[in-house]
Amino acid sequence: MESTLADALMALVGGFINIHWTNIVMIIVGCVLLYLGIKKGFEPLLLVPIGFGCILVNIPLAELMDEHGFLRIIYDFGVITELFPLFIFIGIGAMTDFRPLIENPYTFLLGAAGQFGIFLTLLLALALGFPNKDAMTIGIIGACDGPTVIYVASKYARHLLGPVSVAAYSYMALVPVLQPPIMRLLTTSKEKVTVMRSDKKAVSKKAVLLFPLVITIIGGIIAPKGLPLIGTIMLGNFLKESGAVARLTRAAENEITNIVTLLLGISIGATMNGDMFLKPTTLLIFGLGFLAICLDTVCGIMFGKLLYVITRGKINPLIGAAGISAFPMSARVVQREGQKYNKRNYLLMPAMAANAGGQVGSIMAAAVMLSVSQGMGIL
Amino acid sequence: MIDKWTFGLTMLVTGMGGTLLTLLFFSFLIYLLKCVFPYKKEEEIKGEE
Repeated sequence: MESTLADALMALVGGFINIHWTNIVMIIVGCVLLYLGIKKGFEPLLLVPIGFGCILVNIPLAELMDEHGFLRIIYDFGVITELFPLFIFIGIGAMTDFRPLIENPYTFLLGAAGQFGIFLTLLLALALGFPNKDAMTIGIIGACDGPTVIYVASKYARHLLGPVSVAAYSYMALVPVLQPPIMRLLTTSKEKVTVMRSDKKAVSKKAVLLFPLVITIIGGIIAPKGLPLIGTIMLGNFLKESGAVARLTRAAENEITNIVTLLLGISIGATMNGDMFLKPTTLLIFGLGFLAICLDTVCGIMFGKLLYVITRGKINPLIGAAGISAFPMSARVVQREGQKYNKRNYLLMPAMAANAGGQVGSIMAAAVMLSVSQGMGIL
Repeated sequence: MIDKWTFGLTMLVTGMGGTLLTLLFFSFLIYLLKCVFPYKKEEEIKGEE
């Protein structure tokens, strides 16, 4: 009787006995993520479920990530199979208006330059001793695009899924803080005040409808390993632009995106177990991720400066900073910075175009990376 | 097995070059698309109706 009572009591206090200091630290990290999401408004849709998932997985003896744990089931279903990021892409496609990009196709180039940080960071990660697949996964933080980062990480380095996803979403939320100092530093006073002519060129409905089809077919032929990424975002956009499937478009924009965001967030949080997460490499990954996004901004602005020279001062180099995938946050940062130096300067539309170019660019960069690595026998 | 520097530099060149060239090609295709299907004023009128 006494031993049974002792066992029963032990079961109730077992959690306190088995808690490790790394679990306590990670529960605090989870609370910080909740605070950032709720109080500071940093990507709350992702940081809140990630933070809560992080707290759940660090409570000892609950075995939520063991074979039959509910978090493991969600993780295996959506992350291991790479389905969740792809579902989210359908929603993003349905929510994105590519018209500014179609009106100004040259902004595709800014979207390409805004991805150079990925490959420069990959090289840095290799220099720091990371293996090839880990280096690619760290470099892709520079895509500044959560679903792309999760997709690539689940293919190359699942053990890095937690740190790279949290780094990607945190830095995406910090774009308004990270980009302006680089923009100020790299542009001259003359460049900053450049007024861009607002020559809004209307585009036909046929061109808008054919855009996702052309990008899917050509992008898929060039980089077939990235077709799931290109195909899903363009499918979402095609649903929207066709105008024939309003119910599906609404479902993609709302129900699918909301449910998958919740499940994806909680699954990512579930990878943040103290034993796995609290390593010196995590700090290194956060540092490299920071560098990747800064390098993207630098390359985008430098390309903008090149276009400024080529067009004899018609393009404001500041819009180059919007060539990343953080849509539409980065375009708004460019508009705000531009107006600081010239109140009559409206850079929002060209910056939106560059930002949409950055979205396609980040997916294409990941697609190229996947295809090239397969060609080299890495994948 | 290739060494890490060969891998890194190949990835840098083909990654940056591949992304830039692909998006340059996309931009050319979109110009082409706009030439083949130019915007017509009637679309605006139809939309308003």
